[in-house]
Amino acid sequence: MRTRNIFLSALGVAVLMALLPFLGVGGYVLGLLTSAFYFGVFAMGWDLLFGFAGEVNFGPSFLIGVGAYTAGLLNHYAHWPIVACVPLGALAAVVAGLLLAVPALRLSGPYFGLVTLVAVLLLQNVIVIFAGFTGGEIGLDLPDVLAISSRVNYWYALGLATVVGLALFALSRSAVGLILQASGQDAVEAAALGFNVVRHKLAAFCISALVSGLAGAMLIFYLGTVSTDSVVDIAIGVQVIIAAVLGGRRTILGAAVGAVFLIVAGELLRPVGQLSSFIVSAVALLVILFFPGGLLGRVIVREGA
Amino acid sequence: MSALLEVEGLTKRFGGLVAVKDISFAVGAGEIVGLIGPNGSGKSTVMKLVMGIEKPNAGSVRIQGADVAGWPTHRIARAGVGLVFQHSRPLHRQTVLENIMLALLPDSLVRLRAGHEVERRAREIAGRVGLERVLDRFPATLPFADLRRMELARAVARDPKVVLVDEPFAGLTAAEVADFSALIRTFREAGHAVLLVDHNVKGVAALVDRIFAMYLGERVAEGSAEEVMRDETVRRVYLGGEIAHATRPAREAAGAAPLLDVQNVSVFYGKAQALEGVSLRINKGEFVSVVGLNGAGKTTLFNAISGLVPYQGSISFAGQTLARRSAATIARQGLVQCPESRELFGEMTVRENLELGGQHQSAQAMAERRDWLYGLFPILRERQGQAARTLSGGEQQMLAIARALMMRPSLLILDEPTLGLAPVILELLSRALETLRNSTDITVLLGEQNVTFALPHADRVYVLEHARIAWEGTPERFAAEAGAGLL
Repeated sequence: MRTRNIFLSALGVAVLMALLPFLGVGGYVLGLLTSAFYFGVFAMGWDLLFGFAGEVNFGPSFLIGVGAYTAGLLNHYAHWPIVACVPLGALAAVVAGLLLAVPALRLSGPYFGLVTLVAVLLLQNVIVIFAGFTGGEIGLDLPDVLAISSRVNYWYALGLATVVGLALFALSRSAVGLILQASGQDAVEAAALGFNVVRHKLAAFCISALVSGLAGAMLIFYLGTVSTDSVVDIAIGVQVIIAAVLGGRRTILGAAVGAVFLIVAGELLRPVGQLSSFIVSAVALLVILFFPGGLLGRVIVREGA
Repeated sequence: MSALLEVEGLTKRFGGLVAVKDISFAVGAGEIVGLIGPNGSGKSTVMKLVMGIEKPNAGSVRIQGADVAGWPTHRIARAGVGLVFQHSRPLHRQTVLENIMLALLPDSLVRLRAGHEVERRAREIAGRVGLERVLDRFPATLPFADLRRMELARAVARDPKVVLVDEPFAGLTAAEVADFSALIRTFREAGHAVLLVDHNVKGVAALVDRIFAMYLGERVAEGSAEEVMRDETVRRVYLGGEIAHATRPAREAAGAAPLLDVQNVSVFYGKAQALEGVSLRINKGEFVSVVGLNGAGKTTLFNAISGLVPYQGSISFAGQTLARRSAATIARQGLVQCPESRELFGEMTVRENLELGGQHQSAQAMAERRDWLYGLFPILRERQGQAARTLSGGEQQMLAIARALMMRPSLLILDEPTLGLAPVILELLSRALETLRNSTDITVLLGEQNVTFALPHADRVYVLEHARIAWEGTPERFAAEAGAGLL
């Protein structure tokens, strides 16, 4: 499909989704989709880094967690309003991400991924050790929430996912996106064409950190509490990665679809109890093994046969 | 004439290995220079040093007078150097046009739109290299020559003053070679400085103004193609000064079933054909050499025999077909390859490397074998407690051969054992091969570009050229009939 058609289709889907609350969809389903949209943003940010810049970030929840905890602590202790806490959280994620990425991107091979993995564990440990201040494993209650109404919360999340999704998609199809893909696939050749590969990868990492931190900070004001289980735990990061790969690597929009699929499927299968996460994981495994392009791979990708 | 590219005293060390030793040359505007040398000569390293892919330990690289040695690659590219890679990895989700446009984009994080000017120029460059009919296709659907054209288009899109071309004609047909030569000549006419990096003089002789020949990291000759081909050192490097041979009577009666029978084998790497209908037979106890320049297909042939790459045609060993057998099964049946890249376990000791080769034997059999190998390569006994990566290149090669022999092969394949080794080491390897030949019933298939090394150890010789067997015969007839083709 042409870039413009995909863009307009995605916008159309977003508009339709925005109308769902008027079509008699209840608060329970809206709540589910709200979480799914935040996950979708995490997954899209991850795909920009992995699918385009070619760097595997095993710790997406490090960026999400830094954004969430910065916003949460500012709100809890300083009582700053949400409109100040959320951008500061996103900014903190970028700064923390840079501190991590600048030395890590100088390493070659699997080390970048390992550094990001260790960073999550470190963040989780710091939060637990300073439990008196951070709330530790129990978490920290927030005085403010985004909205009481499930409809309004739904629209906030959908709005964020739409804006981030379309912006990242447009970026991925732009001239910069082209350079980024070249850097990810063959860094030596990209450099020989005169592109500063490290700078482009760093930029991708910053953008990835920005949207992850932003979504992390907004998510906690939807949940009303910030805890390691909801924004830092390794399992969160694993889910983000599965969602992105499931939806279709290097598609950006596929990552959001993957996230919605993962969360909705998990919920639909709740009646089967423990089996639900097993089934979802098995389906994810099958898709990755037999359709490595992912759910949206066939639709969005134009690859020579 | 002012030189666009001036290299002076360039030196590069990798650990203890001096890959490039005090190299100096210059390429002027409107000049095509061939940088040639056999594998391991350091020519590719020189190219990488110029492009900034590797950083030199000493020396200078001047582009239009400015010293760029040690600069990052993207800055050297912007200073006016372009590299046509041998193996391209195009963007597979983008069309040919977009792949060329990539090269025309500014190195900017904020210029999101490419603009019509970029597209217009991309189309113009595509027209110049002959890609206009395939602009909207995806790279994966292109024939190999068109992929090389695309690579060329990308490199010239930035209008570099200095153009480096890595193995310009590898994998191309004669007609395509003519096309590419014409394209490269247009650089000369446009006043660019062109450096062609290749294995042998012959491939680039028709195109170049001058040749700079390297061997083991050092300059060995410089001058016109004819001068370099006449040069004594170059002749010795490629052919050996005096080709020696030591024939022994054939061990097997004529008509006996061969130990290894390769019939009409072809191998493709994507679109490039690496082997074309190759057939050869080796009788039990024979020492057979396959000589050929780098890129002729020697390693591909050995990998096909060892079951490491898929092929068309048939290969049988000791009367049984090897089709559908895994590489591990083939090795356990006694067909063992000692690969060009040696593939030692660097962190393990010499002794541990050897013991890995002898895993399937009883402890006593393994100890006996190991002692026999220590006799063959005494230096390995001294080094047995050392990590393999701390050995010198020659010692590593001996260990690789010894490890292959640990498996008690009935057929041993040696792929370029002399690669990058000094003459004194060759002497040692040569003696070890002679011992094997005279005191065991092992069969050996030796692949070499160093003819001097290959011939004394051969009962029969095959010459592999451009993926095909070009000649076969005895070592005595080699110098007269096939020698000149290898320069």
